[in-house]
Amino acid sequence: MEKRVTFGKWTIGILFAVPQLLLIFTFFYWPAGQAVYWSLTLQQPWGGGNIWVGLDNFRSILSNADYWNSITASLVFAGISTGLAMFIALVLAALTDRQLAGSRLYRVVLIWPYGIAAPALAMAFRFILAPEAGFMAMVNQVWPGFWDPGLDGADAMASIIVAFSWKYVGYNFIFFLAAFQAIPRSLVEAAAMDGSGVIRRFWDIQFPLITPTIFFLLVINITESFQDSFGIVDIMTSGGPANATNLMVYKIYSDGFKGLDYSGAAAQSIILMLLIIVLTIFQFRFIERRVHYR
Amino acid sequence: MTMIKRGFAALAAGALSSALAMPASAEPVKFDFWFGLSGDLARVVDTLCKNFNESQKDYEVVCTSQGNYDATLQNTIAAFRAGKQPAVVQVYDVGTATMMLSGAYKPADKLMEENGYKIDYADYFPGIARYYATSKGEMLSFPFNSSTPLMYWNKDAFAKIGKTEAPKTWEDVGADLKALKEAGYECPMAINISANESWQLMEQFSALHNQPIATKNNGYDGLDARLEVNKTKFVQYVTDLKKWYDAGLIKIKSKDLGQDMVQAFASGTCQVILTSVGDHGTVGRTQKEGMKWDVAELPVYAGTERKNSLVGGASLWVLSGKSDAEYKGAAAFLNFIHDPKTALFWSTNTGYIPVTKSGFDYMKGQGFYDKAPFKGREVAIASLTASEPTEITRGIRLGNFTQIRAEFGTQMQAIFANKVSVQEGLDTLVKNGDAILDRFQQTYPGKTLP
Repeated sequence: MEKRVTFGKWTIGILFAVPQLLLIFTFFYWPAGQAVYWSLTLQQPWGGGNIWVGLDNFRSILSNADYWNSITASLVFAGISTGLAMFIALVLAALTDRQLAGSRLYRVVLIWPYGIAAPALAMAFRFILAPEAGFMAMVNQVWPGFWDPGLDGADAMASIIVAFSWKYVGYNFIFFLAAFQAIPRSLVEAAAMDGSGVIRRFWDIQFPLITPTIFFLLVINITESFQDSFGIVDIMTSGGPANATNLMVYKIYSDGFKGLDYSGAAAQSIILMLLIIVLTIFQFRFIERRVHYR
Repeated sequence: MTMIKRGFAALAAGALSSALAMPASAEPVKFDFWFGLSGDLARVVDTLCKNFNESQKDYEVVCTSQGNYDATLQNTIAAFRAGKQPAVVQVYDVGTATMMLSGAYKPADKLMEENGYKIDYADYFPGIARYYATSKGEMLSFPFNSSTPLMYWNKDAFAKIGKTEAPKTWEDVGADLKALKEAGYECPMAINISANESWQLMEQFSALHNQPIATKNNGYDGLDARLEVNKTKFVQYVTDLKKWYDAGLIKIKSKDLGQDMVQAFASGTCQVILTSVGDHGTVGRTQKEGMKWDVAELPVYAGTERKNSLVGGASLWVLSGKSDAEYKGAAAFLNFIHDPKTALFWSTNTGYIPVTKSGFDYMKGQGFYDKAPFKGREVAIASLTASEPTEITRGIRLGNFTQIRAEFGTQMQAIFANKVSVQEGLDTLVKNGDAILDRFQQTYPGKTLP
C-alpha cells in the first residue's frame, strides 16, 4: 500500500522547495560566498575599492607563525575542554540516573550552567580564578607564584578550559541523562540480579547503549569549542598572555573587527570552516563506525 | 485685569503671527552623533547634547553611545557602507590614519568655513591640533575628549623614604622604587602590559624623549613608514622595566587578574602608576580614606631634553554624504563644543582636559585648578605643551595601529614571561608590525596621507 504523496511532475516539487532553497541561499550560501570573495581580495574597510589578490591572503596567513600557534591553541582547547565536559557530565548523569537521594534536585541544578551566557560566566570565573583575589589566591598563598594566568600561557589556557567545560557540562548532562533514562530499566535490573556490580553494568550495558548520544555530543562539543569560546576568551584573557589563548575564532574577531582587516579575517574564517568540516567528516567516518544505533 | 487680558492677547497674537511667518522652521533639523564613551562618561555626553538642543531651536542632535571606541568605528563603517551613516562620529586617536584614507569624511575646517564659523585654529594646543591635522596643517577633525598620561604617586609612601617630590628621571624612579621596597611596600609600582599600555609605555615615552616610533616621521610622510622601536631609547626603557619587575619593584596589575592598576593605586596597594589624566577623577572618588597622592609629568632619562607628550582620547569627524541642512547642524554643534564654557562643563564632569588655550585660560580664571578634586590636572597641560611639537612628537600616523598595539602587548608579555629577551621581543614587534603596515599600504595602493 503506497502511503506517500507523489507528484506527477517534478516541477511541482521544485515549486514547493523554492521558498526553502531561497532561505538557505539568503542566509547561508550568499554570506558564505561573500566571505569567499572577500578572502580573495584586499578590502578597504570603508568600501570605495578593493583589489583582487587571489590566494595571497591565504598564503600570508599560512606563512604566519602566530596563525599556526592559534590553530594549535584551538586544537588543544577543543580536545581538553570537550574531554573534560563530556567526562564530568557522563559521571554526573550516571550518578543521577541511579536515583540517589536528591537526584531530582541535581537534575535541575546541573542544567543551569548551560543557561548562562558565556560572557557572564567568564566574568564569574575571572573572579574565581584571579590570582590575587579569588579562590586561587589561597593556593598562591601556600605556593607563591603557582597560579599566574597573567603571564603563564598554560595557566591562562587552563582557566578558559575550566570556564568553557563548566558551561558544557550542563548541556551534555541533559543529553546523557535522557540517554540513560531511555535504557529499559529491566535490562539493568536483570544484570544487577545476576550479580554484576555498578561498573560492570555501566560498561557492558549502559555505555554501549548510549554511544549514539556520546557521538552526537562529541561532534557538537568540538564544533562549539571552536565557535562558542569567543565570549570566554574575550573577557578572561583577551587572547593573551603572548597569544597563548588566541584561539582561531578570537583571532578572526580581533583582526577583522578591531584591526579592520576584513580580507584577512575572511580568509581565516574560510580556513576555520574547512577545519570544522574536516573534523566532522573525520568523526563520522571513523568514530561513527563504533556507534550502535538501535 | 484688563492689562493682563491685553497682555495675553498680545502674547497670543505674537505667537500666532510668528507661527504663521515661519511655518517650516518650527521643526528642528535632526542629525545623528555616535560616540564611544559609556557609563558615567556617556551620561555626561547626553547632558552635553541636551544643553546644545536647549541652546537653540534650529537643530536637534541625537546622541547615541555605541559602547566603546572599537564598536563605534565598526558600526560607523557598517552604516557608511549601507548609506546610513551618522553626521558626526567620535573616533579614537589610533583610528586617525584609517579615517584619513577612508574618503568618507568632510574636512572639519571646510565645514566650518562653509557655514560661516570662524574658528581660530591657533587657539588649539599645538600638540593636540597636529595629531588630527594634515601634514599641511588643515584640521580634518575636531579634538573632543583629550588626555595625556601622568605619573600618579603616593605622597604618604614617599614621605616614608624621605621624599616630598615626585622623581623626575627614570634613574631616580629606580632608586625610589628600591627604597620603597626596603621600607616594606610590597608593590612600589604597578604597570600593565596589554595592548592598551602601548600608549603610555611606548608612544608617550618615545615622544617625551623625541625618539621615533617609525620611520618617515612616524608615518606622516608616507604609507611606507616602518617601525623602528627596536633600536631607540625605548629598548633601554623596556630593559629597565623588566629589571625592576624581576627585582619585585614592579608588579603587573590588570583587570583580568582581579585588580587593575588604577584600583591598585587608589586602594594604597601600589605606590606609583602611569596612567591617563582621565583617571584623575576615578582615583579621587575611589581612593583610600585619607590617602595623600599627587600627579607629576612622566619621568625622562637623565640628560634628556623633555618634549611634549602626545594627546590621547578621540576627535569628532563629520562624515560625507549628508544633506546641507544636517551639515549646518553639525557645524553649529562643533561650534558649541568649541566654546570655553562647554570646555569647563566637560572637564569638570570628566577627567579630560580643555583642548584650547582659551578654554584652559577660562577654566583657570574660574579657579578650576585651585580646588582640591581638580588640582593637579593642569600638569597634563604642562606635559602636552612642554615643547613645540617636533616632526616626531606631533603624533603617530600609522595604518592599522590597533593591530600594532596588540602586537606590542603580545611581545611585552613574552618578554616579561622570560620567553624571549628584550631585544628579541622588540625585534619581533618590529617584524610583525611591519607586516601589518605592509598590508595596510597594499590595501590603499597609490594613495597618500593628506
